[in-house]
Amino acid sequence: MAGVQVANVSRSFGAHKALDDVSIDFADGGFYALLGPSGSGKTTLLRQIAGFDFPDAGRIAIGGESVERVPVEKRRIGMVFQNYALFPNMSVADNVAFGLSVRGEAKATIAAEVQRALDLVQLGKLGGRRPHQLSGGQRQRVALARAIVTKPRVLLLDEPLGALDKALRVDMQIELKRIQREIGITTIFVTHDQEEALTMSDRIGILRDGRLVQEGPPEEIYDRPQSEFAATFLGDANIFRGDATGSGIKLPDGTTIAASTGASVPAGAKASCAVRPERIRISTGAAKPDPANANTLKGQVSKRIFAGNNSTYFVDRDGQTLKVIVQNTGAERLAEGQDVVLSWSPDSTVLIA
Amino acid sequence: MATTRILEWLGRFYIVLLLGFLYLPIVIMAAMSFNASPFYQLPFEWTTDWYASLWQNDQLIAATWNSIEIAVITTIISTVLGAMASLALYRYEFRGKKLLQALLFPPIAIPWLITGTAMLIFFFGVGIGRGLIAILLGHVALALPYVIVVVSARLQTFAPELEEAARSLGANQWQVTMRVTLPWIMPGVIAGGLFAFAVSFDQFVVSYFLATPGQTTLPVEIYAAIRKGFTPEINAVSTIIIVVSMALMLLTARFFKFGGEK
Repeated sequence: MAGVQVANVSRSFGAHKALDDVSIDFADGGFYALLGPSGSGKTTLLRQIAGFDFPDAGRIAIGGESVERVPVEKRRIGMVFQNYALFPNMSVADNVAFGLSVRGEAKATIAAEVQRALDLVQLGKLGGRRPHQLSGGQRQRVALARAIVTKPRVLLLDEPLGALDKALRVDMQIELKRIQREIGITTIFVTHDQEEALTMSDRIGILRDGRLVQEGPPEEIYDRPQSEFAATFLGDANIFRGDATGSGIKLPDGTTIAASTGASVPAGAKASCAVRPERIRISTGAAKPDPANANTLKGQVSKRIFAGNNSTYFVDRDGQTLKVIVQNTGAERLAEGQDVVLSWSPDSTVLIA
Repeated sequence: MATTRILEWLGRFYIVLLLGFLYLPIVIMAAMSFNASPFYQLPFEWTTDWYASLWQNDQLIAATWNSIEIAVITTIISTVLGAMASLALYRYEFRGKKLLQALLFPPIAIPWLITGTAMLIFFFGVGIGRGLIAILLGHVALALPYVIVVVSARLQTFAPELEEAARSLGANQWQVTMRVTLPWIMPGVIAGGLFAFAVSFDQFVVSYFLATPGQTTLPVEIYAAIRKGFTPEINAVSTIIIVVSMALMLLTARFFKFGGEK
């Protein structure tokens, strides 16, 4: 086991800067998500860490040892591919045994280790099957067993759950997390699914256009995004843009919005505020002034989407559509076209420079 | 219902017709190799004399062995070289790759008569001259593009992540190739090998140019024999070759299940 340090790594393909001076410290035993839209450089970064591709500049270290020029087969990493990449000509057991076998381990050792790895992923009885006889979830587990049986220093996962259907994906998220905890391996996984990143990882790194936008624990990034991109890519956010007042922003129409978290922006500069849809309260008519929900706006419900446990209201105000998520508490539902008042706390308002 | 049955019947008739078109000449030749009359006279009179006299025809037997030897060696050399070339073209990007790939196809289209003439001139120019070595080199050159085309087609269905997965597990280039890539392209390699064998074993034109009178291959020898005067011995040797090569083909098809899902 080992931590991974990525320092000032850049990589260009022709004129395209796939990675631009990216630095991240992956602590030993942590579970990291690299999150970003397609083309953000997250897979390129994973391939640099794996050793399939070498950076133009910068340093990559695994367990303190510089590896940026070491080819993948000598890095002692484990990798799970998006489409699993199981060897079709081999049985499940032979797939898992491959890494030990190319190292020239003794047959008895291999057999025991393979059985242990298959038991760990709960496929102990399927060693004799061929990959094409397995379900998607089972293939996923075989790929995982194959990647960890060699006791790699770091486990890399490239959109590992992308090919599974929703229900199976949730099962596999829990399963993956359990296995990762059990063997305590440093894990870096690439995803474009923000929910997956939030639920599974200890820390998230958000990438955009080859640059690291923000890095930190999921709660921190969700509650205190440092950019509009981070706010809208990880979860939903209502963004207000205006001029900083010192304690919030002033919108073009004169409304002020108080913000007590986020960056400090000098008064007069351009700034924006982000508010999560579930932090906004929605009511009909004039609400009593409430210091806890000091920010208020009037608007009109333009659309309601009922999703069982909650409802999403789209509220139009002054050319902007705001999103509000209300838990289904059995209270009266608002109709489309209804005039409403939105209110929320300055504590729920993040100021972004 | 009636139309369906008629269509079905027509379909069967068509298949019979097709098979007849393919196999009838061969069946007649095989039958004549067991007919006593050297002039294809009927009624049919059973005999194995032609096979017996074939056994006495040292020249024909020598030519047959030459053909088999050259075809086997051609198959081995061109399959190994062709598979390696296909892998290189698949894996690496290098200057002139597109040109090289484009240049692989024309030899398939150039008439063998012209290739044969060119080879004859070339082999005399470089001092190899005519003979079995020249024939072997010529056959390898003819078979190579077929192998590369067939193996490359198979490689197009290979998922490159498999090689990456193998490398991530610590396998070096040799282990990756032998344990992951080669097993996948094996049906293509076998098919390419069969093509190579066929190109060499059936080869008349190029062999004719490159053969010396004492040292020929079977097709050249058969041609020479026919010019001297046709004997049913030729039918006999042809029948043996057909039976052996069809058995080989069927065996291969059975083992590798060509055309079907694995």
